[in-house]
Amino acid sequence: MNANDQALLAARPDFAAIARWVSPGARVLDLGCGDGALLRYLWEARQAPGYGVEIDDAEVVACVRNDVNVLQMNLEDGLSVFRDGSFDYVLLSETLQTIHGTEQLMREMLRVGREVIVSFPNFGHWQARLQLLLGRMPVSEELPYAWYETPNVHLCTLTDFEDFCRRLGTRIEERLVLHAGQAVSLLPNLFGSLAVYRCTRA
Amino acid sequence: MGVVTPQKAAFDAPLRLRSGATLPGFELAYETYGTLNATRSNAVLVCHALNASHHVAGAYADQPDEVGWWDNLVGPGKPLDTERFFVIGVNNLGGCHGSTGPMSINPATGRPWGGDFPVVTVEDWVDSQALLADRLGVECFAAVMGGSLGAMQALHWALAYPTRIRHALVIASTPRLSAQNIAFNEVARQAITTDPDFHGGHYYDRGVVPMRGLRIARMIGHITYLSDEAMMTKFGRLLRRGVPGFDFDIDFEVESYLRYQGDKFSSYFDANTYLRITKALDYFDPAAEFGGDLSAALARAQAAFLVVSFKSDWRFAPARSREIVRALLDNRRILSYVELDAPGGHDAFLMDDPRYHGALRAYFDNIER
Repeated sequence: MNANDQALLAARPDFAAIARWVSPGARVLDLGCGDGALLRYLWEARQAPGYGVEIDDAEVVACVRNDVNVLQMNLEDGLSVFRDGSFDYVLLSETLQTIHGTEQLMREMLRVGREVIVSFPNFGHWQARLQLLLGRMPVSEELPYAWYETPNVHLCTLTDFEDFCRRLGTRIEERLVLHAGQAVSLLPNLFGSLAVYRCTRA
Repeated sequence: MGVVTPQKAAFDAPLRLRSGATLPGFELAYETYGTLNATRSNAVLVCHALNASHHVAGAYADQPDEVGWWDNLVGPGKPLDTERFFVIGVNNLGGCHGSTGPMSINPATGRPWGGDFPVVTVEDWVDSQALLADRLGVECFAAVMGGSLGAMQALHWALAYPTRIRHALVIASTPRLSAQNIAFNEVARQAITTDPDFHGGHYYDRGVVPMRGLRIARMIGHITYLSDEAMMTKFGRLLRRGVPGFDFDIDFEVESYLRYQGDKFSSYFDANTYLRITKALDYFDPAAEFGGDLSAALARAQAAFLVVSFKSDWRFAPARSREIVRALLDNRRILSYVELDAPGGHDAFLMDDPRYHGALRAYFDNIER
């Protein structure tokens, strides 16, 4: 692992978990791929080729510069350009909470991918709960935005997400809960600030 | 880019065309910018669309104002950097800018081909470009790129010569024209062929030019190149004379623009060439021989692709580019797709939007020389 990768994993602790779950050579689709850092990392660490989907002009150019395959599309419009089961893994890294059509997108991801890996900030983390108790909208490392400028529209807790999966008929294969880059096993919905799930069609 | 000089290459061997006709030898007018490197791996072919030519960048010594049509993209330090790449522009067969076309002499008659010049297609152009590449010592292009009809050539390059092209840049294009696209072309052709000065294409001998038809054809074309929004922003409902004239002189600014564009175009472009180029557009359909299955048609391609579309382009809308994207995904090709929210309509591919040129620059920077 080089210095770049170390810096990347420090900044995005869910990337390491995702990379561990992605088998070598697997085909990945990274939704909301930003500048393509995860795709690049997966290519270098797992030789997993893939495509990213991103809507932001500057991020798309950054992807092209990073030499990763990027498709400029709006996730809210669905994934109709991708065929059923055409990817081994569909990734949604810290993007779920910004999506309006959450249920539609989850269904589309499960249609396109054999497995779906989703990470999101846990709104049930004790710091968020405490800030709400004190009468404030939570602001933290995982939730860095003030209420009036946040792109987040659908925040949830681990319990909420698991209920959601149950309702969609989605099977949760694996779950990793993190805080400050470390795995949390004790009361994860209280002490975990970032959740990573691996799901399949039931 | 500075001063550039057009060149010509003559080919003596007959060229069999897709129509079944054979062209007994031909000439191609072309320009090059930059230097072919020692490994001959840095060549980029820029294909032109409807009315452009081999004059992609720079200016001529005797015509300093005649700047190449993609000069904002191609040149030293520009997104397609001629300090790194050897760029080739070529006037397509059937053209009117120096390559063999309807204005050339038909060796069989000793007179201009006129209406007898065969209908040429995208496939024929690409075949002739491959012969030029041979002549210039380019075995494999680093990239072939184009916008609109030029992009169809880039796409066909990837299918016809899969091992001779490493990257295809397909901009503001479509895998086939829609019935509406063809309808616009047909109106343009009818304008030309019903002009009393057309004479079945044999107007050169008679010292006339079907200018009225060509002018209207260009006006129709221009409407489809601009978006509704761009036209409204540019002209609005502005009245030339301040008040309605209640006559048929120019009232609205947009009328003045169309007339100006029509006049300008009909003074330099050849009507026979225009007819043929619109036919080349209509006939392009790589999926046709695969029962309409574009994914099957693109299975031959090995190149990496950059596909670009513009949201305000209603002539070749983003949905058409997404058909290409989907077919390339089916074939698991290396592919990026940029869909820009630019207001310029179809002509946005010629403009220097920083996001668009930023993406092209980043893409070219990653193509190893």
